[in-house]
Amino acid sequence: MSLISTLARLEAVSTGRAQPAATVRHRHLADHPLVFVPLTTAGEAGAPLGALVGTDRDAPRLLVVPQPRDRDLRFQFLAELADVVLPYVDSYAGAVEAAERNETDPETGKRVKVEVELCADAPQLIVPSRAGIDFVRLLGRSMRFRRTAEQDPEAPHPAPPRVPLLGRWLTHFGERARVPGSALLLAATELLSRHWATGQSTLEDQHLGALLAWIDPPEGMTGAEAALAAELARDAKGQLLHPPAGPATDPAFDNKLLAPAIERYDRARTALAAAEDGLEADDRLGELTAAERAIRDLVASRTRPTWDAVWRGLDLLRELPEGARVEERWTRDRWSFTSHRDRITAGEPPQPRRDDAVTAANKLATREREQARLEAQEALDDPLVMAGRRLSGEAFAGEVTDVVMTYSEGKRPSPRPLVTLRTDDRPHLGERVKVYRSLGGKPQSAEFVGYDDDCVVLRVLDKMGRGKEPEAGSVPEKGDRLCFTLFEHEQRGGAKLPDPEDTPWTHGGPPGEATHEAADPLTAEDVL
Amino acid sequence: MPLPRTRGTALRQQLAELRGPDVPAKALDARALAALAANPGCRRRAILDGAGVNKATLASALGSPSAFGQSQFALTRGNAFEAKVKADGGAELLRLVHEKLDRAAEPPAHARVPELTAIGPEGRTARTALALREATEARGEWTLLDHPMLALDVAGSPAFLEPDAVVVHPDGSWTVVEIKSFPMLDGSADPAKVGAAARQAAVYVLALEEVAARMEPSPEVRHRVLLVCPKDFSNLPTASAVDVRKQRAVTGRQLARLTRIQDIADTLPEGTCFDPARPAEELTAAVESVPATYAPECLAACELAFHCRDRSRAAGAVTSLGRSVRAELGALTTVPDVLAAARGEAGDPADPTVVALRRAAALRAEALDTGAPGTGALGTGVSGADVLGAAACR
Amino acid sequence: MTTVSELFDPGTAAARATDAILRDTLHGEARGVVVDSPPGAGKSTLVVRAALELADAGRPLMVVAQTNAQVDDLVLRLAEKNPELPVGRLHSSDADAYDKALDELPNVRKSAKAAELTGLPITISTAAKWAHVKVDEPWEHAIVDEAYQMRSDSLLAVAGLFQRALFVGDPGQLDPFAIVGSEQWAGLSYDPSASAVTTLLAHNPELPQHRLPVSWRLPASAAPLVSAAFYPYTQFRSGTDHGDRALSFAVPSDGSGPDRVIDEAAESGWGLLELPARHTPRTDPEAVRAVATVVRRLLDRGGAATSERSPDPAPLTADRIAVGTAHRDQAAAIRAALADLGVTDVTVDTANRLQGREYDVTVVLHPLSGRPDATAFHLETGRLCVLASRHRHACIVVCRAGVGDLLDDYPSTEPVQLGTLVKFPDGWEANHAVLAHLAEHRVGFEP
Repeated sequence: MSLISTLARLEAVSTGRAQPAATVRHRHLADHPLVFVPLTTAGEAGAPLGALVGTDRDAPRLLVVPQPRDRDLRFQFLAELADVVLPYVDSYAGAVEAAERNETDPETGKRVKVEVELCADAPQLIVPSRAGIDFVRLLGRSMRFRRTAEQDPEAPHPAPPRVPLLGRWLTHFGERARVPGSALLLAATELLSRHWATGQSTLEDQHLGALLAWIDPPEGMTGAEAALAAELARDAKGQLLHPPAGPATDPAFDNKLLAPAIERYDRARTALAAAEDGLEADDRLGELTAAERAIRDLVASRTRPTWDAVWRGLDLLRELPEGARVEERWTRDRWSFTSHRDRITAGEPPQPRRDDAVTAANKLATREREQARLEAQEALDDPLVMAGRRLSGEAFAGEVTDVVMTYSEGKRPSPRPLVTLRTDDRPHLGERVKVYRSLGGKPQSAEFVGYDDDCVVLRVLDKMGRGKEPEAGSVPEKGDRLCFTLFEHEQRGGAKLPDPEDTPWTHGGPPGEATHEAADPLTAEDVL
Repeated sequence: MPLPRTRGTALRQQLAELRGPDVPAKALDARALAALAANPGCRRRAILDGAGVNKATLASALGSPSAFGQSQFALTRGNAFEAKVKADGGAELLRLVHEKLDRAAEPPAHARVPELTAIGPEGRTARTALALREATEARGEWTLLDHPMLALDVAGSPAFLEPDAVVVHPDGSWTVVEIKSFPMLDGSADPAKVGAAARQAAVYVLALEEVAARMEPSPEVRHRVLLVCPKDFSNLPTASAVDVRKQRAVTGRQLARLTRIQDIADTLPEGTCFDPARPAEELTAAVESVPATYAPECLAACELAFHCRDRSRAAGAVTSLGRSVRAELGALTTVPDVLAAARGEAGDPADPTVVALRRAAALRAEALDTGAPGTGALGTGVSGADVLGAAACR
Repeated sequence: MTTVSELFDPGTAAARATDAILRDTLHGEARGVVVDSPPGAGKSTLVVRAALELADAGRPLMVVAQTNAQVDDLVLRLAEKNPELPVGRLHSSDADAYDKALDELPNVRKSAKAAELTGLPITISTAAKWAHVKVDEPWEHAIVDEAYQMRSDSLLAVAGLFQRALFVGDPGQLDPFAIVGSEQWAGLSYDPSASAVTTLLAHNPELPQHRLPVSWRLPASAAPLVSAAFYPYTQFRSGTDHGDRALSFAVPSDGSGPDRVIDEAAESGWGLLELPARHTPRTDPEAVRAVATVVRRLLDRGGAATSERSPDPAPLTADRIAVGTAHRDQAAAIRAALADLGVTDVTVDTANRLQGREYDVTVVLHPLSGRPDATAFHLETGRLCVLASRHRHACIVVCRAGVGDLLDDYPSTEPVQLGTLVKFPDGWEANHAVLAHLAEHRVGFEP
């Protein structure tokens, strides 16, 4: 943790309120994000208990699995989820703009520009916490290999029609969320803790209620008091006043409220199945409906506070102006969305269980590049982030005290002005180290020449036009306040890796024909 | 078999007094022993665990109840899974041990499953040791010990441990089996949970090694244990070998250090007692008489964490914000001290920590002051720069 | 193998290992040969020799190293051994892409384009640059240097360029790392963030694996400790024996802590200058001053090193001394403190940058000195291994008391990824081992 963010946390402790950790918003927020607040069943992988989902904060859709171990009820839940998520996703798939992309011409092997479609906007999923992101991935994994009756008439337990497709989309969202700076799938806790420093630890910041309590405590309470209440306060029945943001539930809720309710539901179902005539069945159906209703109410009572908290958090985030380079990163998300749309349209198979060697290496390279891009862009967009880089010697700011024009040697001398900058920062400058400043949004590079008294002397190297005389405004002037970074502003593309079918012997050779990934076997074990 | 009796009864008597008259000792299980590794520097935890104090009850008595609990859904599922893994005389479990750990051996067509019931933990421990001996001598056969009992000397008192299973291979070597109900999804599992399972298994390995050391020749206790989990979304078992050499080394060292309990006990004021029946005020004082090293990680590992957190926060300890926060603060350990140093109200200006703090505070103030929204450009008023200290340019 | 080779004199053991490596490389059937080389075991000599023999045999060779400095160093060494041999230095298109010393070598051709170097017996570049090269016909042979510091994905990018390869590296030094999480691929044989050798051997376990059994750098006082602490399963020995090397000082000790620790280190090969326990910032002024003072005294006292290389005592000059730290700011602070004492030409650098370098005496600021907490970074095995294995004569560690407790209080709750190889020993163990050994050469110091 940098000293600057440590100080912010300590200030939060002493003032009782969260302190700014950013002066601008560093992530894109969609006008109409889809908020998803899932709950899961303890001890079971991929057995959802219910969820609130939707784009309207006042009208969330409540989905409930009254008996989470029942495969059919689970499928029903997933089908309903698909009915909410897929139309939302599809609504972004149609509106496109023309764009250009570099592709390798298969015949000539040359890089050529190709006209392609780029979706004008992209869907955005918001979950309460990091565990929610993992759960999206888990749901995606549990669905994408399922087969529908249409795909495979022989399938013993065919999935509802749109469920495998939902699995592929959730998998894509989950994978994209691993890319630094991406915004297709975000966790409210991570968004908030990126922008505010609380008076508690990062571990405690993973509790959405406590985090919000620090940022926006109720009238008359300090952040610390409100956070403590959000974490621990229980009612007379021992239930948390602020239920956890999920997907895991509080064991006290499971044991005291949920288990009896599910038991009642199971009994009602058994009774209904055993009904001997229509009248009896009607009565028992009534009891079943009531039992189901009770579980729905329980799930609603545990998800609604979180739902409201997520929207409250989004309100707070929207008060921050968006960083200048956020839009550019969102465009990358749009590309990601568009290309997955295209893969599905093209009938490609679902994402495999595990990446092959080339795919894994490509993903790692992309993420490292995006991480470097994010760090550079956040610093350039936000003086508070830049302050951290200045403190660590990776950037310096100061006033130009002198500019002397010199020229490069050679046939066509180019301007190489020497700029003297007075700074109180202590950059890690070594001989001929390159530094960069933002000039009209583009990086201008300079190299370190030496120290003159207590000032830094730099030689400006580029972005001054082609002529002998530099273009107007391209050379710093005396009195200018400038900020130079030792890190590059833009990222170079990495080397092209071989195609998967050319995987070398060191990495096991080609993975072979893509085999159709079988769905997980459905066993009697699904219902214990 | 006589129980290990290595340290004097004086300490045991002393610890019993700390626990309180008539308060039974809470047995240390492998999970608790493994949790020692979460904060080995905490003297409070060491003495409470060493004395067999029930920390959950103590925490409630102190007014900061712990938030640990287990959902009955998870419990039911876990039990059902373990039963399934061990069904048919452990056929599936042994198949997994053979496949993952000992392919060179004869496949386990049938296995010995000795009866291990006996009266009391001491009896069960003796029974287990006997079964292990017989199984080791029965070369060429597979043996499954279902819920054996092992004793481990912890600071002079025996802790009784019950692994899910121990398998004796045809070559006479022993393997610890851990059965967990979290899934292995496409061959990988939650690393934090696997780590906890590995630490727990390492405790069993250490306890088995004590048994093995008493045999001639000593059989090998394998340092790769078998972790059995449900496969993907099913209830079908799958398994993975886990190398616990590292966890074993760490836990072994932690256990050796628990002898410090005597030293800690000696520093306590006369009459200190952690009996939850005592008035809260007295209890608080008793607990306060042993220093704790609270860090936020305790919240996931110790029943007393909320109490210690309150105290740590009240004392203004920066560690309550995370261990890493302290890294750059040198000798400054409290929030007021750090802030005073950063604001220039206190601290030695020659101390690099103080210098760095003041620079950080000035840079932060400057950024917040001039943070013209959206532009990202540097403003003109550099109010913070004045306090950045002279001669920064060298 | 260890026991057999120990019957022989170290020179014989090393020569046998080298012969076997060259035999497998030049005449073996396997596509790859892996060589583990502990610190100072003659890795560069082996690489140069293998390169020259492959060139002699008429096998077009590409050499992959990890940094430009390593590439330039190899080119210089090759030219030294065989100035007639044409060597291609493939470099990036950046300014100052290679060492200007290469311009003095008539048979070294330099280019940013691989096509301009075709046909040369040997072409050398970094892995990063090779990754951009496209060829129709792969090289018959490659040598991959520092293969343990190369990432798996980096090997993936270049492995299509060659048919067979000799992989050489030191498994004990700092592992490669990724700046983003890569847990997703943990346990996969081709985890892109793993080391190139890990992936290579996971897919080709049958490849011949050798190791160089003798460290020519480390003295007899250091090899057993470094070997036991960092290479417990692949022990090595020193090429020289106790008494083969000696460090002496013309100026007697003034009785101060720094002088006493210098004498202890000269006598035993190790010295621990222990400052009182205290929590400090990374650039602990007292520790920084102590390091600088030790260096100053090393120079002032007229040190002389006797070794198998020079039976006549060679003066211990500034270029034979290095200071090692964990962090860059510590290195900067020590450089400043040295400058205050009038010392300017002693190398002061972090472990990362000291990898592969060699000095007579090293002064190390212990990575855990004065820290309120230990972190995975500070406990990393490779970091301590690098710092403790750069010296030919003696290593002096400056540290605050209390590191033992710090290690004992270190929470060991690391997550475990299924299917990954456990790196053993881990940093915690190795730190304990080194600390226990240093304790025997402790000199208390109250600045």
